[in-house]
Amino acid sequence: MAQSVSVKICTGTACYVMGGANLLMLEECLPEHLKGRIEIEGTSCMGYCSLGEKGKAPFVMINDQLISEATLEKITEKIKTMLE
Amino acid sequence: MIFENNATIRRRDLITRLAKLYFDNQLVEKIDQIPLELFPKRGDASRCCIYRSRAVVRYRLMALLGYNIEDEQDELKPLAEYARQALERTSIEAPVLTVIDDACSSCVKVNYFVTNACQGCVARPCMVNCPKDAIQMVDGHAKIDHAKCVNCGRCQNVCPYHAIIYMPVPCEEACPVGAISKDEHGLEQIDYSKCIFCGKCSRECPFGAIMEKSQVIDVLRTFSQPGGSIAMIAPAIVGQFPADFTKQVSALKALGFTKVVEVATGADITAEHEAAEFMEKMHENEPFMTSSCCPAYTEAVEKHIPEIKKYVSTTKTPLGFTAEILREKYPDAARVFIGPCIAKRKEALDNPLVDFVLTFEELGSMFVAKGIDVGTCDSEESELPAGNIGRAFPVVGGVADAIVKGVEGKCECKPIVIDGLNKKSITLLKAYAKGKCPGNFIEVMSCEGGCVAGPGVISNPKIATKKVQEFTSQ
Repeated sequence: MAQSVSVKICTGTACYVMGGANLLMLEECLPEHLKGRIEIEGTSCMGYCSLGEKGKAPFVMINDQLISEATLEKITEKIKTMLE
Repeated sequence: MIFENNATIRRRDLITRLAKLYFDNQLVEKIDQIPLELFPKRGDASRCCIYRSRAVVRYRLMALLGYNIEDEQDELKPLAEYARQALERTSIEAPVLTVIDDACSSCVKVNYFVTNACQGCVARPCMVNCPKDAIQMVDGHAKIDHAKCVNCGRCQNVCPYHAIIYMPVPCEEACPVGAISKDEHGLEQIDYSKCIFCGKCSRECPFGAIMEKSQVIDVLRTFSQPGGSIAMIAPAIVGQFPADFTKQVSALKALGFTKVVEVATGADITAEHEAAEFMEKMHENEPFMTSSCCPAYTEAVEKHIPEIKKYVSTTKTPLGFTAEILREKYPDAARVFIGPCIAKRKEALDNPLVDFVLTFEELGSMFVAKGIDVGTCDSEESELPAGNIGRAFPVVGGVADAIVKGVEGKCECKPIVIDGLNKKSITLLKAYAKGKCPGNFIEVMSCEGGCVAGPGVISNPKIATKKVQEFTSQ
């Protein structure tokens, strides 16, 4: 179990347009008791969108795990499995 | 509130694919492959089967190429043929929306539905209280006869088990003016004598069945026009990409626009003229005046609230002023409005000085197609930079603020803001026209929250609002 997680949300244009825009609302969707242990930041293009084999935008990096086609739901689930 | 859903993302993906093919000069050759790429044999379907999914994608592409689905004559006509015609056309035609009948799920005709929570009780208040005798007991459960039900909702109100639910038809529910309804097959159709082009139906349909007739191809073609192509950007753009405004300007140029001009510059002029017009009207003892910059509102005035027309400002819209300046300055360039708005497509059809309209969503998808990352673009100033008054127009209250500031010390202004057109606020406007207006200036915004919450936006309106406010307080 991790003590805290860092969530990096890609704000490159491809990620942002394909759904990343809403991921920036993550803070509001997190369960109260976990909020203090999660650090959220926007990051410039991580380059995965042009690779193809890493999946589709939007991309989010949680600690060292990459999530493709990220949704608020997917991110929250992943965080929970890491922290709980 | 979170707007994004699969229908939105799918549309953006299609715009991106379309624009990519255009940039690669392969639009006609490869467009017919897109439905197959998205739904390959033995793959997953988003609907009943891959064939239906492919058919819907084909219709979406037709709409994105700028065609009216209702006009389809030949179901076998390949997309390549439509693309070829789109690459040659010189003008675009009304209407601005189109319904993909194959995508419409023809939602419930009767809005009330008895769930399996029904206990088949002895009291049966649903049956007893139904004014149309539409409820029968079948296998120990209440059942609504669709031929008799008139959607009054009494059965739902009286059920002691809360077993009867209300199932809305999202597009019909969202339409503020009753312009969308079912045809004889249960499929939705738009009555253009009533439609105000607000785009709410299109945003609310969970099947993405209502689409704009896009002008993406026409705009892409202006990039190779000898006179150049000018992007007239709505002030709401500030909150649409996670990058400085100045980077957005150079991203637009990297895409192919030769000049980037803020419509907020026109909004500054609108504010000035509208303040003067307001003072004049107050001198003439008019009871109130309303704004006129929101095209869905002015369309609603024409079609549904004619009694308020004499109180609507006659000042030109920010887009109207901007296009006029540019016609003088750069007569040979194409003028493309880029904004959050569907109703602006109608305004542009009525204004010969505006050639084409793009939404932010279409712009963002075109950036993706060309591999432009706005965040890493250079910084560049826009041509004819605007002031903070005009730049504040896209957030609800911005227009009213501009008038209050414009008449300060000269005339008393008691502003009222209509934040979103819906059935209730339209009734309110009708009452104002009859002389029950508690203020003397009314700002009307069709979208709740202002243009930052328009149907063509990318960013969450909360984030966009904050960015516009930061930008205008600099």
